[in-house]
Amino acid sequence: MAGSGELKLLGVWSSPYAIRVRVVLNLKSLPYEYVEENLGDKSDLLLASNPVYKSVPVLLHGGRPVNESQVIVQYIDEVWPGGAGGRPSVMPSDPYERAVARFWAAYVDDKVRPAWLAILFGSKTEEERAVAVAQAVAALETLEGAFGECSKGKPFFGGDGVGFVDVVLGGYLGWFTAIDKLIGRRLIDPARTPALAAWEERFRATDAAKGVVPDDADKLLEFRQTLLGWSASKAK
Amino acid sequence: MAAAAEEKELVLLDFWVSPFGQRCRIAMAEKGLEFEYREEDLGNKSDLLLRSNPVHKKIPVLLHAGRPVCESLIILQYLDDAFPDTPHLLPPANSSSDAAYARARARFWADYVDKKLYDCGSRLWRLKGEPQAAARREMVEILRTLEAELGDGEFFGGGEGGRLGFVDVALVPFTAWFYSYERCGGFSVEEVAPKLAAWARRCGQIDSVAKHLPSPEKVYDFIAVLKKKYGVE
Repeated sequence: MAGSGELKLLGVWSSPYAIRVRVVLNLKSLPYEYVEENLGDKSDLLLASNPVYKSVPVLLHGGRPVNESQVIVQYIDEVWPGGAGGRPSVMPSDPYERAVARFWAAYVDDKVRPAWLAILFGSKTEEERAVAVAQAVAALETLEGAFGECSKGKPFFGGDGVGFVDVVLGGYLGWFTAIDKLIGRRLIDPARTPALAAWEERFRATDAAKGVVPDDADKLLEFRQTLLGWSASKAK
Repeated sequence: MAAAAEEKELVLLDFWVSPFGQRCRIAMAEKGLEFEYREEDLGNKSDLLLRSNPVHKKIPVLLHAGRPVCESLIILQYLDDAFPDTPHLLPPANSSSDAAYARARARFWADYVDKKLYDCGSRLWRLKGEPQAAARREMVEILRTLEAELGDGEFFGGGEGGRLGFVDVALVPFTAWFYSYERCGGFSVEEVAPKLAAWARRCGQIDSVAKHLPSPEKVYDFIAVLKKKYGVE
């Protein structure tokens, strides 16, 4: 029997990591309580549930915490596997394809994450930002190739439906919209990465992504100032 | 010959001192899987390595009937998935939330080892003065955190029949580096994390580990060579 116990997700609306978990919960049609965390004043529950990193997302299932977004996504996929009543799978079933999906998911967080952080939060000069943008673009160009390999002509990295790499990369799309506005050009440039540009539209249009992948660049850029303020006060 | 080797069932492209490669060797030994070990010259990487891991160009790479699997923790999970009749490293998935929770916990801690240990260790031997002192404090914190997770367990758990599990295999290669961390950092693992030190000794008694880990002295000598190469005093 699929897990008993209620689901509660501690997240931040803009967090790529929380977004990817929400997309998967939606894909699986799983009801859950969502708690918006204030990173400037973290809840006791968050601190107790994730003492190692003190970060979101945290998925509480029957009160037990699961941490690290890629770990959480696989947890959900294992407790509520695809099949029953048309519920989709997130991970491929073939061992080799699973390894390939894990590889590209790891690549996204290994290469896109630091560039994303640097563009929005780490760069102190225009030059630094330009370097970070170039790194992000290079990673996306590699992912363009990966898309061809993984999708095999189908709409998503996961094939016919949204899969692991889709949700891992998809979590960043909200912030990409904000970055596009900040730098005055598109990170996922249809001229350089056409397959990814088309994928982005498809992904955003899925029911699972609607309402959880932000698209208001101004709201994100405004929130960015808040986040910068929180980390500045932490550094004092 | 290159062609014949590629047809062999399991080939591991690796580098002798790499803790990431050692994870794969130990995992295959625990599973009773025969494999061909191929030492790479990292200063002159083989075409096979560059073809098999074009994205990162790094070892380890596991070739299974010629198909490459990269990233050590991904290789470990692949071995569980592709060889389900061998002793498992992660508790098998069965859609019970308890099994999934144990798997999630194992993945979390193996990821913690990946995020923290190697990088902090590198800073310990590469840096001097206050940055090195900071690395030492961090290393002590990491070891204590891992010890807290181990608790009173014989192993980190999840492996088949009380054997080495996912986190054990992920962490154990770094035990060969403890001596170097201690020498560079000026602390004792036994003192700061005695249960972890005991776990390391316990693992060292296991065949697969004893066979595939270098001696701590050899690792220290290797670091000395690197230090010279990078001009670290």
